[in-house]
Amino acid sequence: MPSYLLGRLGQALAVLALTFTAAFLLLQVLPGDAIMIKFMAPEMGLTPDQIADIRAAYGADLPLWERYLSTVGQFITGNFGYSIQAGVPVSQLLATNLPSTLLLASLGFVAALILTIILAAASNMTGMGWLRAGLQSLPSLFISVPVFWLGIMLIQLFSFQLGLVSVISPGPVEKLVLPVMTLAIPISAPLAQILMRNIDQVLAQPFVAVARAKGASRNWVLWRHVARNAILPTLTIAGVLFGELLTGAVVTEAVFGLSGLGGLTYQAVGNHDTAVLQAIVVISALAFVVINLIVDLLFPILDPRLGIKVGATT
Amino acid sequence: MSTAPLLEVEDLAISYRTGNRDQRVVHGVSFKVMPGEVVALVGESGSGKTTTAQAVLGLLAGNGKVEGGAIRLNGTDIAHWSQKRLDGIRGAVVSLIPQDPGSSLNPVRTIGSQLAEVLQIHKRGDRKTIQARVIELLERVGLTPAEMRARQYPHELSGGMRQRVLIAIAVALNPALIVADEPTSALDVTVQRRILDLIDELRRENGTAVLLVTHDLGVAADRADRLVVLQGGRIQEQGAVKDVLAAPSSTYTRRLLSDAPSLGKPRPVRILVDNQDFAIDVEGLTHDFPLTGGAAKTFRALDGISFKVRRGSTHAIVGESGSGKTTAVRSVVGFLKPTAGRILVDGVDLTTLKGEALRRFRKHIQLVYQNPYGSLDPRQTIARIVEEPLLNFEPIPAADRARKVRDMLNRVGLSESFLERHPRALSGGQRQRVAIARALVLDPRVLVLDEAVSALDVTVQAQILSLLDELQKTLGLTYLFVSHDLAVVRQISDTVSVMHKGRQVDGGPIEAVFGRPDSAYTRELIDAIPGRSMPDVAALASPPGLHARLSP
Repeated sequence: MPSYLLGRLGQALAVLALTFTAAFLLLQVLPGDAIMIKFMAPEMGLTPDQIADIRAAYGADLPLWERYLSTVGQFITGNFGYSIQAGVPVSQLLATNLPSTLLLASLGFVAALILTIILAAASNMTGMGWLRAGLQSLPSLFISVPVFWLGIMLIQLFSFQLGLVSVISPGPVEKLVLPVMTLAIPISAPLAQILMRNIDQVLAQPFVAVARAKGASRNWVLWRHVARNAILPTLTIAGVLFGELLTGAVVTEAVFGLSGLGGLTYQAVGNHDTAVLQAIVVISALAFVVINLIVDLLFPILDPRLGIKVGATT
Repeated sequence: MSTAPLLEVEDLAISYRTGNRDQRVVHGVSFKVMPGEVVALVGESGSGKTTTAQAVLGLLAGNGKVEGGAIRLNGTDIAHWSQKRLDGIRGAVVSLIPQDPGSSLNPVRTIGSQLAEVLQIHKRGDRKTIQARVIELLERVGLTPAEMRARQYPHELSGGMRQRVLIAIAVALNPALIVADEPTSALDVTVQRRILDLIDELRRENGTAVLLVTHDLGVAADRADRLVVLQGGRIQEQGAVKDVLAAPSSTYTRRLLSDAPSLGKPRPVRILVDNQDFAIDVEGLTHDFPLTGGAAKTFRALDGISFKVRRGSTHAIVGESGSGKTTAVRSVVGFLKPTAGRILVDGVDLTTLKGEALRRFRKHIQLVYQNPYGSLDPRQTIARIVEEPLLNFEPIPAADRARKVRDMLNRVGLSESFLERHPRALSGGQRQRVAIARALVLDPRVLVLDEAVSALDVTVQAQILSLLDELQKTLGLTYLFVSHDLAVVRQISDTVSVMHKGRQVDGGPIEAVFGRPDSAYTRELIDAIPGRSMPDVAALASPPGLHARLSP
């Protein structure tokens, strides 16, 4: 089904192009720029002529559309420009900061999915009504907890009270445990709520009654009939929530003092370092688009009604 | 036949809990099913027939509870068994053929795996044995080539084929009892007949007993040995089919019999022959839908349909799903632009109208939909629903509007107390009355009734049909009546078009088409109407010789 694939790819590219343009325009409209901030400081002792020369060297005095086109051209060839503040290529800054954030976000995402499934499965498999009610009210608790507060509370509980995880000089794995939990818990909350509601909806479907009439037990029905049908709509939301995860990662890095895109973004905003910000926005959009593209491509594999022949073996 | 009953339901009481209140829906129901026997539970919606059947399977909805009585299967009371214990007999001793084949199969699993499942649950052999049995079962229910069918998903099969899969699942382990819950209500009449034949054949082969739940007395009369008539959760009467139908002892059964359309008397022929005043004149109506994929490929949904409807008469369009009747109706009300052909309504060619002119013209031709639950906005009051069409055209003073709404509700038999109610407080029949009032408030000349009584119980259906008849007489309305139900069509129409695969295969005065159908398809449709084995109550109720008088 190449038309489905091409359609989704086209949409993904359109989203990227729009994000790029919107970010570019917004960053240009902001008053002040990095060159002014760095070189007009009195201690640099530069004359207006010298500053004008520097601006010309960075291409900052070109008309907007020319700067736009040249930036587009650079991004397409993989050149993200120079950070004015740090004086190094943006790609170099990304190379040092991106991997740790990406690792944190991915681990957070996976942990959120696992937590979601555990919550939903536990609430549906338990025969105890009070436990089910309790589990079902958990998501609304999680969703109302701010990330920074949750992070602080987790540190307080697990490192200071229980002494399970060290935050002073943690090992490479230990370092990630609490941040990943901080990220995963608020994401898993809405996901689990949606999954539970979907499970309830699927349980009311006639095909579930037919399966029960075959003699299937409640758990058999849950895993073999309900799970896949209930996960499908949840997947879409998971893709959308990934965006939230990126924002969450920035805050989490700040709370736990981790280096990564969070710190980089913070500095770049303070310095009006537009080249860095432009690159971060595009990278974030790319991650978001890729995740959602994966979700869209998973759909036809999970749901045969989307008309893709998976093959004779299934 | 042995003397010990296979299933014995005794003094069964079931209630549903809503909020903090228990509402009892089944009161002291007792009946027996002997081995190999077909017993029909007959009743209208809310009669408790489905609840009773679900209780036999131990599959009451979450808030349902057996409050008293016994359900004895082969002498053992299973009414209070745990779900775990019931899992052992469900599928193996008692199985289910469900109502709606569309949603009764898991959409993301192949039909082969869903059929194999019942064998896996009850551990009947290894993978290979099960696979062989799946193929054998698919062949037995007429799904060939079985290997290919086993790999298909439910959405790749028609409704009738899906019901065959569900039947295969139900008979896979040769159960002693099959609970068939409205097994054919969602199917076209010709498919319905084939499916019922298949169930009959399989149960005879294996000596299986069937508890047939149905709202259709015709189906029950044709297929069951004994009838149990339920109303409001209580048994009205039970006995051998022939006895109950020939001499019903309860007034309720008598009413059911007289309201059943399959028995109803055809509408008296009215003198319309001289009347050359046609409200609708459709000629050569053709509609092509573009197909996705191929650029120049189209699907011809309608192929040269022509019919004329005299003012003040009723024309029916009959056909099964996919026959093109919906496309035809959507063209006549101006929702679809036909590929070719002419549609004259009151002498105006609809196909030449567009934009504002078309919108204004819709005032003269109004539509009543099938589903009385979905076609009314749940947040609006009845007054507001009926008033709304008036707001779309020339402004009328509010007082006049209110008066018009009240008049119209009176006309459809609803008192003023309904004005401020919301649709959820109304029954299906009352909702359909509101939908009719809404359609009539603009004083249209033509009313298009798209399966307008199909979702209603027979007694309610009979009331709505007589209301429509009365409105037609007093207001001089012309009806275009779309239905899959030939029995209803015969009751209400003067003329008919029979549609099959986009073509009109038969057409003309109702008695001519029913009496001497031109096409084999129409004959098949008529033969498939259930209720052949019902005694001719209609003939008893109405003066003899009516049929003779009707023949032109």
